Amino acid sequence: MIKITSPLDKKVIKELKAGQTVYLSGVIYTARDCAHKRICDYIKTGKELPFPLKGATIYYAGPCPAKEGKPSGSCGPTTSARMNFYAPTLFDEGLSAAIGKGEMSNEVLLSIKRNGCVYFAAIGGAGALYGNAIKKCQLVAFPDLLSEGVYRLEVENFPLIVAIDKDGNSIYNALK
Amino acid sequence: MRIVNSTQIENEVYRMALKAGVYITEACRKCLEKAEEKEISPSARFALRTVLQNADTAKEENMPVCQDTGVAVVLMEIGQEVFIEGKILSDAVNDGVTRAYHDGFFRKSTCDPLTRENRGDNSPAFLHTEIVSGDKIKITFMPKGFGSENMSRIYMLTPADGKDGIVNAIVETVRIAGSRPCPPVYVGVGIGGTFDVAALNAKKSLTREIGTFSQREDVRQIEQEALKRINELGIGAQGFGGKITALGVSCEVAPTHIAGLPVAVNIQCHCVRMEKGEI
Repeated sequence: MIKITSPLDKKVIKELKAGQTVYLSGVIYTARDCAHKRICDYIKTGKELPFPLKGATIYYAGPCPAKEGKPSGSCGPTTSARMNFYAPTLFDEGLSAAIGKGEMSNEVLLSIKRNGCVYFAAIGGAGALYGNAIKKCQLVAFPDLLSEGVYRLEVENFPLIVAIDKDGNSIYNALK
Repeated sequence: MRIVNSTQIENEVYRMALKAGVYITEACRKCLEKAEEKEISPSARFALRTVLQNADTAKEENMPVCQDTGVAVVLMEIGQEVFIEGKILSDAVNDGVTRAYHDGFFRKSTCDPLTRENRGDNSPAFLHTEIVSGDKIKITFMPKGFGSENMSRIYMLTPADGKDGIVNAIVETVRIAGSRPCPPVYVGVGIGGTFDVAALNAKKSLTREIGTFSQREDVRQIEQEALKRINELGIGAQGFGGKITALGVSCEVAPTHIAGLPVAVNIQCHCVRMEKGEI
């Protein structure tokens, strides 16, 4: 069983191969469509981001509200392909890893390869399981976006599959 | 005439929404278990096992099975001997939905299509009513996630395209969707009618119990042929490759114009969330 911790060390990313199952713990940030649009606007205008992007892991997800006494509600991955438009900018700006569900475009794959990053597939629809693996959840940006805001999550043993590794090998391309 | 107070409808919608968002149906669990047994791709099996574990976690913790608690699709068959007193029907349904999404700690996912501003209460419900005989109200509640909804398509085929054209349209929709809609999917198909009727029938066909086929022989053949070809695509659970890309195909047929053959394909994710009720 491969266990890894986010923020991810570049040495760790180097060892990951498409198709491997890994369990990720540590700090990750949620961002969906609207948050990505704003992050890219910040980058374009040179405005300081409300969270550290360099070396970070972004989770394409928007959680359900948390019940009292719980850090988070259900929080599985959303469809990554909708972030195709924004992801290369973020990888070029220093993002180390992304977590989502389903394939991403060739442009994203090339930006992952160019920057030595990694894309993980979480299991879509397993919202309760991922929600339960969140130990801390704190809103760090864009509160007006509600569930689409950026949340800083501390997670324990997120089950993931390496979907695109730093050499640009993709679990999805291997099937075509 | 039977008088039904709108509060009864609101409370029933509230109950159904809370249940559908948390529990997967027995039929769906059986299909997923069968898929896990049959699957040979290790990554796809891992995905299916995780999905089944997730259903248990949701049940034990009473939390949404998927964080995309969806838009609220409500299909209602109203007996024409029923008189509804109290609130206007759509208000009763919306109130049931917004209360359930608040009390169940469900995500609120509806927004303005242009400003993208979240409405904050998951209203409105997408309510489709049909007047039928009798004095009962039959309700189906289907929370619809958009990972799968986004991958749906409509085709205005010609009569010459025939059954082969229908099967091709279904298979093509699932092929283009690829890994994005949370496969293994349930594929709802509306054949015939008009542009809008085909789309609504595609959604309605998803309320048929998963694992069953149409009673009509030629329709069943289309469903079986499409399912076989979809599972030969090799997409597999989560797009990780494998034998099980769809859990089922369900077609609903309506008469159409002599010049046309509308085919709408509505994709549902592997949770196939649904709850039925009657007043």
